[in-house]
Amino acid sequence: MTDKQLIVLTVNGEEHELLVEPRWTLLDVLRHNVGLTGTHVGCEHGVCGACTILVDGEPVRACLMYAVQAEGCAIRTVEDLGTPEEPNDLQQAFSEHHGLQCGFCTPGFLMLAEGFLAQEPSPTREAIRETVSSNLCRCTGYQTIVDAIEATAAQRSAESGKKEDAVR
Amino acid sequence: MASTPEEPRFDGRGGKWIGASVRRREDPRLVTGRGRFVDDIHLHGMLHAGFVRATVAHGKITELDLSAAREVDGVVAAYSAEDLQLGDMVALLDRPPEEFTPTTMPILARGKVRFVGEPVALVIAKDPYAVEDGIEAAQVSYEVLDAVVSEETALAEDAPLVHEDAPSNVLLDVTSFDTPGVDEAFAEGCVIELVTRSGRQNALPLETRGAVASWDDRDEQLLVQTCSQVPHQVRTVLARSLRIPERSVRVVVPDMGGGFGQKCVVGREEIAVAAAAKLLRRPVKWIEDRSEALASGFLAREQRYRTRAAFTPDGQLTALESDIVCDMGAYSCYPFTVGIEPLMAAAEMPSVYRVPAYRVRARAITSNKAPTAPYRGVSRPQYVMVMERIMDLAARRLGLDPVEIRRRNVITEFPYTGINKVTYDPGSYLESLELGEKILRDEGWYELREKNPHLGIGFSCFSERTGYGSEAFAKRKMTVVPGFDVSEIRMDLTGSVVVTSGTINHGQSHETTFAQIVAERLGVDLAKVKLRQGDTERISYGWGTFASRSVTIGGSAVATAATRLGEQLCVIAAHLLDTRVENVGLDGDGGVIQLDDPNRRLSFEEIADVAYLRSHLLPKEAEPTLTATAAFDVPGDGTFSNATHAVVVEADPGTGQVKILRYACVEDCGVVINPKVVDGQARGGIAQGIAGALFEEVTYAENGEPSAASFIDYLVPTAAEIPDITVDHLETPCAFTESGAKGAGEGGTIGAPAAVLNAVNDLLWRTGVQLEQTPIHPEAVLAALAAADREKAGTGA
Repeated sequence: MTDKQLIVLTVNGEEHELLVEPRWTLLDVLRHNVGLTGTHVGCEHGVCGACTILVDGEPVRACLMYAVQAEGCAIRTVEDLGTPEEPNDLQQAFSEHHGLQCGFCTPGFLMLAEGFLAQEPSPTREAIRETVSSNLCRCTGYQTIVDAIEATAAQRSAESGKKEDAVR
Repeated sequence: MASTPEEPRFDGRGGKWIGASVRRREDPRLVTGRGRFVDDIHLHGMLHAGFVRATVAHGKITELDLSAAREVDGVVAAYSAEDLQLGDMVALLDRPPEEFTPTTMPILARGKVRFVGEPVALVIAKDPYAVEDGIEAAQVSYEVLDAVVSEETALAEDAPLVHEDAPSNVLLDVTSFDTPGVDEAFAEGCVIELVTRSGRQNALPLETRGAVASWDDRDEQLLVQTCSQVPHQVRTVLARSLRIPERSVRVVVPDMGGGFGQKCVVGREEIAVAAAAKLLRRPVKWIEDRSEALASGFLAREQRYRTRAAFTPDGQLTALESDIVCDMGAYSCYPFTVGIEPLMAAAEMPSVYRVPAYRVRARAITSNKAPTAPYRGVSRPQYVMVMERIMDLAARRLGLDPVEIRRRNVITEFPYTGINKVTYDPGSYLESLELGEKILRDEGWYELREKNPHLGIGFSCFSERTGYGSEAFAKRKMTVVPGFDVSEIRMDLTGSVVVTSGTINHGQSHETTFAQIVAERLGVDLAKVKLRQGDTERISYGWGTFASRSVTIGGSAVATAATRLGEQLCVIAAHLLDTRVENVGLDGDGGVIQLDDPNRRLSFEEIADVAYLRSHLLPKEAEPTLTATAAFDVPGDGTFSNATHAVVVEADPGTGQVKILRYACVEDCGVVINPKVVDGQARGGIAQGIAGALFEEVTYAENGEPSAASFIDYLVPTAAEIPDITVDHLETPCAFTESGAKGAGEGGTIGAPAAVLNAVNDLLWRTGVQLEQTPIHPEAVLAALAAADREKAGTGA
């Protein structure tokens, strides 16, 4: 059970050679072996979504995937979005709209929203609310999380509209 | 710039920073995954810990063999209670034996287990996976005893005893007030009787509990980094339990992923892990997993009220009588004791209403369930639910509008000393009620209700005592009396300040709001102020964060310390400017000016330069360095925030499910430091109140097995269930706190169950069924609607 395997994970564009047990979850390996602690452990049952990351662009619960299953995939975590000095637009919107209080669930919601907005750039508020209902937050009551994602979608749409106009 | 009557002199009390929705200081690290939560801490050579937990609710341990566990690959050590020999946790009330029965909580179970999930042994290993292997290899056998899982089984004649030294399973039994006129009022008045119940709930911070403990030989000190709302109290219990001086324990609180009260009591696991780290001389980390948190974390709210209320024919409440039973589970929590829920309920049940006569009996019973901790709102969601149900039922009986009956009974003259001997400071009880009603009327919900038989409207009007000072807590007769808070402020050579507080931020935005208070007082930019909390070495003493005490008490200590530092700056500046101290003042822009010649000014940097680097230039009355301390305590009975919640719900006639169509909150927490933060507290609190009203409950099988061990069974509401909520603010400043603010942490949670239950019962009224318990089960709503429809069809045919 404890025989280890050598795997290579591509996380935020960087390759990591890792010696892992087959039973180690991707969540644990990201946190303990790669050293990226922004992805949080909330329930380990795949329900709360605190560990949501992007695997090949899709939001995935890192607690429901083994690290060995993620070889060859492009893994993206909250650390890739922006820095405290230069947060990305979604991170700024979460702050602007008070979409976080304790901040524990926030990385999961950010990655969920990033994956969602990539697939659905102009969602309705109802569609955002439905997506937000995939994850749990105990502090905010969700409204301001929906607000933040809605504002980001609107801003991104406006910007891409401007770009298209410029091309024309 | 001269001070003139047109341009009021800078007084540090409002304007620039107070009342502004400034961006949170916490956010940059939290949105980038750079927060430091306890599970993010990794120390060199760190081991991992987990607990062998009781698999039966009530039983004698007949065998505990850890030898196989110790043999497991990767396991370093395994300990039983006998191996660790730790002192028990004891939380006491200063009450006579007929009122209070003391019990103790061992760190690891000794001889007997009292709930499923109770820690029995500790396994330490090189990684968390090996910990699980070790736990699996541990051998424990039990002689199973009958379990106490309800009020009925606890109070039965031949009930099994949870604690042998607590005959009858009653740990607290207090009859209070019993004022003259109760029986006369019931003999004469219109009497409303009801029995209400609320389900057992988990406060459920998304970050589970956890700790990293390490021993430092150089400091001769145990460093325990733990997600606790009360680090100084953890230090006290640790020192006692390990029998070492308090100076040998340092408790540090990193970023914390919510607490809501579950983390404001000392956990036995953090003590056991610290003991192991000391024994092994290696860092040890313990992180509670979700199953453990659900099955064996501190719970709350399982209460039953049998209540009578008397009214005059015109709807004046004349007497209130209630018998309250709180199921506090297997143990008494430190420092609050099993009295936390029943004593709160008994003292404050009259709520926002004038009650001329009052009698209450409040009991805490012990059972074979996970023990309780104070959960956001503590008993107030329950007694407010009772009072608000009484108002609605009396209104129906007397043919009054629900808002009108409240209008006739609500306290309108302040300060008001109630029958419960509590003095209520000024609030806006009536104003909030009327605005709540107006919002629903203006939006046309009353007309919509006329047309839709599945639509109901409900209100709750309530207050929330915040900022319990030591006088208020002393009335509870705890032997450990929380109350004051202390702050130290220090300005450095760059004119920046570090300010400490004994409170603990875990989502409440203290880093932002406390900085706003200090920036306002000193007249410096917000960016110049840094708050430090959660370290028993940096903060001389503190009571942590609970009971909406942070901004009221902690914020006032911080403000006072800042004021004192400002005075020091003025004394030094006056000397350097060669003028009287009365002739200088803070300029609101990082400096001190001479009042009769505002061109003469010294920046804080210039003053600091003298205070540290050229102290020979200081006046005789000033000491070198720039530092000030302050302690603050709220006098008397504290300060009351208040609110009205106005709710519209719709029941699905096909499923019985209740959907919230409109939720309006009108709240008054005095002076608002940061509106966005207050809105966030209200909305988040309401979401937890809705959770209790409609979804969450920890239930138990007859043998004491808890039903919910994962989020599949414990229904935490998502964005699909929690509606958008509007928050309107009224502002009645508090006279006792430095900033005029009252607490804002718990109100949302307190008002929601009552308002939602009233709205559901409003739509159910025509069915003849009224529900008096939370969570409201869709099955009950469906049954009521279906029965009414059948009856209607029957009479029609």
